[in-house]
Amino acid sequence: MREFLLGRLDADALPHEWHTIGGSIGFILMLLIGIGFLTYTKRWKWLWNEWLTSVDPKKIGIMYFIVGGFMLLRGGLDAIMVWLQQALSSGSSQGYLSAQHFQEIFTAHGNIMVFFVAMALIFGLINYIVPLQIGARDLASPFMNTLGFWLYVAGVVMVNMFFLLGGEYAATGWLAVAPLSGREFSPGVGVDYWIWSLQISGVGTTLAAINFIMTILKMRVKGMGLWKMPLFTWGSLCSMLMAVTVFPLLTATLFLVFLDRSIGTHFFTTDAGGNAMMYTNLIWMWGHPEVYILMLPSFGIFSEVVSTFSRKPIAGYKSNVLGMVGVSTLALSVWLHHFYTMGAGANVNQFFGIATVVIAVPTSVLVFSWIATMYKGRIRFTTPMLWFLGFVGIFALGGISGVLLAIPPVDFQLHNSLFLVAHFHSTVIGGVLFGIFTGLNYWFPKMTGFKLNERIGRYAVWSWIVGFFVAFTPLYILGLMGATRRLDHYDASTGWQPFFIMSFIGGIIICIGVALQIVQIIASYIQKRQLYDYSGDPWDGRTLEWSVPSPAPDYNFAVIPEASTRDAFWDIKRKGIPKPVYKDIHMPKSTASGIYISIFAFLAGFGFVWEIVWLSVISILGVIICLIARTFDEDIEYTISAEEVEKIEEARENKIRALQKNAASGDDMGLIEFIKVVLKWAWGIVRSKS
Amino acid sequence: MPVWLTVVSLIGLCVLVAVLLRGKDIILFNPKGLIADQQLRLMTTATLVMFEIAIPALFLFYYFAWKYRETNEKATHDPHKSYGKLFTFAIWGFPTFTMLLLAYLLVPASHKLEPQKPIYDGIKPLHIQVVAMRWKWLFIYPVHNIATVNYVQIPVHTPVQFDLTADETPMSSFWIPHLGGQLYAMTEHVNRLNLMADTLGDFEGSVAELNGIGFAGMRFNTRISTQEDFDKWVAEIGTSANILNTSEYEKLLQPSLNHPAAFYANPAPALYSNILSKYTGAHEHGSDPTEHEGH
Repeated sequence: MREFLLGRLDADALPHEWHTIGGSIGFILMLLIGIGFLTYTKRWKWLWNEWLTSVDPKKIGIMYFIVGGFMLLRGGLDAIMVWLQQALSSGSSQGYLSAQHFQEIFTAHGNIMVFFVAMALIFGLINYIVPLQIGARDLASPFMNTLGFWLYVAGVVMVNMFFLLGGEYAATGWLAVAPLSGREFSPGVGVDYWIWSLQISGVGTTLAAINFIMTILKMRVKGMGLWKMPLFTWGSLCSMLMAVTVFPLLTATLFLVFLDRSIGTHFFTTDAGGNAMMYTNLIWMWGHPEVYILMLPSFGIFSEVVSTFSRKPIAGYKSNVLGMVGVSTLALSVWLHHFYTMGAGANVNQFFGIATVVIAVPTSVLVFSWIATMYKGRIRFTTPMLWFLGFVGIFALGGISGVLLAIPPVDFQLHNSLFLVAHFHSTVIGGVLFGIFTGLNYWFPKMTGFKLNERIGRYAVWSWIVGFFVAFTPLYILGLMGATRRLDHYDASTGWQPFFIMSFIGGIIICIGVALQIVQIIASYIQKRQLYDYSGDPWDGRTLEWSVPSPAPDYNFAVIPEASTRDAFWDIKRKGIPKPVYKDIHMPKSTASGIYISIFAFLAGFGFVWEIVWLSVISILGVIICLIARTFDEDIEYTISAEEVEKIEEARENKIRALQKNAASGDDMGLIEFIKVVLKWAWGIVRSKS
Repeated sequence: MPVWLTVVSLIGLCVLVAVLLRGKDIILFNPKGLIADQQLRLMTTATLVMFEIAIPALFLFYYFAWKYRETNEKATHDPHKSYGKLFTFAIWGFPTFTMLLLAYLLVPASHKLEPQKPIYDGIKPLHIQVVAMRWKWLFIYPVHNIATVNYVQIPVHTPVQFDLTADETPMSSFWIPHLGGQLYAMTEHVNRLNLMADTLGDFEGSVAELNGIGFAGMRFNTRISTQEDFDKWVAEIGTSANILNTSEYEKLLQPSLNHPAAFYANPAPALYSNILSKYTGAHEHGSDPTEHEGH
């Protein structure tokens, strides 16, 4: 009976190690603070109506950013723990983590950074910006978008669930290679948590990708042909097409692992004809494109930023687009370079080697396109531009080391070494993360209505760049010294420790960079009276998202514009903005269906992890019933009449005028001033209480 | 200000790295075997080829960023600059040319340095059968009739073929960086790694692919000795009372951490083929792994 009710779940599952207990207490405290704050300020209803159930891609985008931002801190904490262990555990010292803990932590670090940080932040930007760039009021299927977001949240909860219940996470590396991830070698629930957090959020990604493809292909404004689409939209389109192509592969592969682990099939086991090499192929057929799915929107962001801040249209637009299309196509045919060392032989290896080397061609074209854009430009060194300048140096390093790794005989020596780790951090931090930060600094005024503090922003950029090189140069060297990745301990005679310590120090500098980014946002909020973006076009932008006020109104465009050239808004600005003629606007209604479905999906996954069959069955039924119920809901739109639109627009103009009257001026505050302001504020609170 | 700050920090970083590197063995730059040496040469050539495009590109990138800065009144501004066919041709042409050059290097090298290929045609290499276990490496010398754990000794200037497989162990990767690149050891399969040492000495080998909690401690010493010393060593182990029979092997199969080096005489003759047939479940294998062509 007990087994029927609770499956594998028992008292042992409660946290009983210091890192899980610490995590549990931290999570529960954070939850309590959140609940307390919402109750105290009576914001539950507001939160539910205005945010959680919203189908507005702008709000969903911001929610992606908030959840993804928290996960960035969580994944960063993992990174610091890994760094510290490796800095300490040389020779007789075993560090402060057991091998099992250490392996769980780097696994969680990889999963969280790729799935729950990078994907989330990229989706955040795509959600907010793509509809604005193509002149759409919402997405092709607003409901699918909220469902995708909430499935992602369910995945986030699942990946952190072991803090609250069930003391372990997978200790298999972020791709859970078989047969290590099989029941034979990983009997605990760690791998099951891994499967279901990825499975649920992966379905969300697939839905979101389909939605954005439909939106980009079908909902562009009049005049915007594919060859006139802004480059961020192009990057997003390529990325989403890839996601639709490969995420089903992930879903199927995870399902097979699940079958192996739960009902004892033998797809990837060592015995009974299972083939672990098949798993390695399948997971990389998804895993390699995955990194390009993250990379391509970033390429688009960089193209937008370099063009805006050089005050020039992008040079070689068509080459740039073809470069991105080329990268996304070729990226589907290179997966085997992740395991030349599995012994497929020279013929197979050389094919994938050439395919990989060829990817460097379209990527180089993008870089040349950016160089040519800056040529004879007028370059403003704003923070987005600085992130971009940092990206190119780091990404070049990642590119060169990547092409080296693509050459099979060289890869035999470098594979699985810290050189490899340094390589993919160069591309993912330099390319994806810097791209996201570039985009965040660039579009922040559009999202919130005020610009970010430039001064502290610059400090953050420099901390990140310096921290990156201090942290990852030693890893390149360690790889050349024969250090493999994922070591929880190494001999003192190897002489590696100074480099691990240096790398750890680099990690601390990166942490300072992250702290400065948080300070940057807070300082901008404090100073927002002087940072308000009244015009909606703070950077003298070129694309349509800058034609609407900041933050963008619910319906994005009071009047749908027309695009006659690539830099549609640049053109409109030159010709003069016509007097608006308002029409009725149809908007999608909020819905909580996505939340209900995701709760059921989470419960189903939880049931599978702990083998609680009744829970999974009921929950899957719940998902199906909710979906069917949603299809019968026909009252999903509301209309804002032309008069109302006019009133809303007038009200906003009045509000902006009032803000302008009240505007402050002055320089962006620096760090010392920020600390002073914070101390003064804290002192004020203390005084008013006593 | 940021420009000189960057230069200073870059120089500082280089100096720091140089200081830390004093007296350290950068293994991949210090090959002790034929294969590692050729892999290093290929790596160096490929890096130089890429520098041919990357350094000018990076230079132009940062030079333009600096030259066309807004505050530089002297720089020309031409927002309507058009880019013709020649530009398109150049930005596609240069990288294509470079990558063709790399492919030209890559294809013959992939064949020449294919680890499964014997180093010299016609010279029969020394066979060593390697079994990845949790968490130790078992080496069986089928010709010499001895076996070792976490220690392997080979004669210098002699081509060696390691026949890699695994038993009750997840995929593992066998790597002696001083001698050459790694290859995976997997149950049911034999991967052949051909290496040849050209310097005497002791070099460390490891497992490069994560295979469980004992991963970090699964290291072994590789001793490169003269042929005479090797023969002496073989004879010495051969007379040892420590025999690798089935029950001893069962003991080794039990997971263990940081296993010390161990030496055995007279490994059971069918040991290696039994390990393989345990997973294939099919016909009995001979002890010569060349029979497993085309797996």
